[in-house]
Amino acid sequence: MSPLTADYLDGNAAAGDLSKIFAVDVTTAQGQCANCGAIKRFAEAHLYMQAPGVVARCAVCDHILLRLVNARQRVFLDVRGLTYLRLDTA
Amino acid sequence: MGTISRGFTGRRSSADAKLPPGQYLTTDFPVLSAGPTPHIPLDRWEFVIDDGTNVLRKWDWKSLRDLPTETITVDVHCVTRWSKLGTSWEGVSLDTLLADVKTDASHAMARSYGDYTTNLPLKDLRNKQAWIAVRFDGKDLAPEHGGPARLLVPHLYFWKSAKWVRGITLMHQDKPGFWESLGYHIYGDPWREQRYSGDE
Amino acid sequence: MIWRVGTVVALHDETATARTITFEVPDWPGHVAGQHVDLRVTAPDGYSTVRSYSIASAPNSGGCVELTVERLPNGEVSPYLTQELAVGDRLELRGPIGGWFVWRTEQTEPIQLIAGGSGIVPLMAMVRSRGSAASTVPFRLLYSVREPGAIFYRDELLTLSDHNHSVSITCAYTRATPKNWPRPPSRIDAALIADTTWSSNLVPTCYVCGPTPFVESATDLLIASGHGRDKVRTERFGPTGERK
Repeated sequence: MSPLTADYLDGNAAAGDLSKIFAVDVTTAQGQCANCGAIKRFAEAHLYMQAPGVVARCAVCDHILLRLVNARQRVFLDVRGLTYLRLDTA
Repeated sequence: MGTISRGFTGRRSSADAKLPPGQYLTTDFPVLSAGPTPHIPLDRWEFVIDDGTNVLRKWDWKSLRDLPTETITVDVHCVTRWSKLGTSWEGVSLDTLLADVKTDASHAMARSYGDYTTNLPLKDLRNKQAWIAVRFDGKDLAPEHGGPARLLVPHLYFWKSAKWVRGITLMHQDKPGFWESLGYHIYGDPWREQRYSGDE
Repeated sequence: MIWRVGTVVALHDETATARTITFEVPDWPGHVAGQHVDLRVTAPDGYSTVRSYSIASAPNSGGCVELTVERLPNGEVSPYLTQELAVGDRLELRGPIGGWFVWRTEQTEPIQLIAGGSGIVPLMAMVRSRGSAASTVPFRLLYSVREPGAIFYRDELLTLSDHNHSVSITCAYTRATPKNWPRPPSRIDAALIADTTWSSNLVPTCYVCGPTPFVESATDLLIASGHGRDKVRTERFGPTGERK
C-alpha cells in the first residue's frame, strides 16, 4: 500500500465513467468496505486506472470496492466490495 | 461515432509490422495494474497445481529454479491495444510442470498473489504454448512486470499472462476469471480480435 | 451526462510545456470550482480516447470553459492538445464532473490550498471563483513547483498577491529556485507547513491536488499538524493512458 509506488489515483478519476451509470455524483458518496468495514468518501478510494478496466480499492485495506469495464457500447459494473454506497439525491 | 478531432491520429502502427487487428506497436513496455504490486519473499513463494480440493504438485522457488528452462522470443498483445514484438523471456514450460499430472480436467484457472485470476482451456497451457517466466530481456523479472514469476501465454491477449502467478487450479468446466467475469472475452484470441464477451 | 461539442476560441502558453485552452461550449450548464471535464478526441478512423482535465476558469464565465494541459513526454493526447490543436477546432467535453473536491462561494471558513505542479489548475479555479464572487473569505495557497519556469498563471498570481491581502501565496521550489531565494530547493515539509499555512486552530478546509506521492505527503503533514482528516480534501493527478 505504499504511496511511493504512485500507481493509483483516487475516486475523483472514476467520476466521469460512473456518471454513465449513477444519476448523482459518486465522489461525495460515503461507502463501506465489505472487507474491513471502513467508511470513507468514494473520492478517497484508491483508483487503478491503467488496466483493462477501472478498479477502486479501499484506502485502508486495499480490498476491491468496485470494478468497471467499458466494453464498447456496454458498461460492466461490479460493486460486491461495497457493503453500501450512500448517495445524496438532494 | 463522435465528432472527429482535426489533426488527432492516436498512436500509429508501423505498416510493415504484422499485428493483430486494432493493435499498435510499442517499443517500451507499458505497466498495467489492477492493484498494488505484491512483494513476495522468495523463501515463501510457491507454485501449486491443484484440482480445487487436492494439491497435485507444488514447487518452492528453489525447486522451480532447479527445473530446466527455455529462452523464447515472442510477440505479446495487450487488449488495451499495444503490441510488443520480439520480447525475450526465460521460463519453465507448463509442459514440464504438467508432465506428471494425471488429469481429465478441460480448463485451468491461473491464480496470482493479490487477487487476480484468469481462466484458459488446459490445452492452451500445453504443447509449447505457455511458460512460468522468471526472466525478461536477460534480467530477473521486475516486480512491476509480474516478478518473481508470471504466467506467459503469448498466443492469447496479455491479460491471460497472469502476473505474480502462484498456481493453477484444474477445472472440469470453464469459469470466468477476474476480467472475464466483467465483460472481457472468455478465450481472448487477438487474431480474431476477441476482446469482449460476445465478440465472435 | 452528455457529450457537448466545444470550439477552441483561444490558446495561451502558461509554460514551455503547458497550454491553456479556452473552449466555447453552447448550453454549458455551469460548473463549480474544482470540478473537471472529460475530453474526448476522435481519430478519422473512429478510434477515440478520453482524458480528464480540471476546469481552470471560474464559474459564470459565460459558457466558456478553460483547461490547462501539461504535455507529458510519452503522452498520446497531451502532445496533440498542447501542440497541434488550433483555434476553431472542435472537441467533445462531458461534465462538469465531481462533487467532493469543490469550493462553493457559500463556504465561509478559511481555505488552505496546496498545489503540486499541475495540481494548481482546480485550485486556481477556486481562487478565480472567489475573485469573481467578490468574496472576502481568507485564502492561502502553497504552490510547489520544480523551478520558476514551471509556474502556471504567473502574472495573475503576482497581481493577486500584490493587491489582495486576504489571498496569500507562497511558492516552494523543489529543483531550482529564483536567485537569492531564502529556502534551498526542497520538497514541502513540516516547517513550511507551519510557517505558511493556516493553523489547524482556525479549522480551515484544505484542498490538496497534484501527483499521488505529493498528495499523500502533503496530507500526512497537514494531519500531523492537527487538521482533521475530514477537513482535508484531495485530488490525485496522474496518467490514465498506459504507464510506461
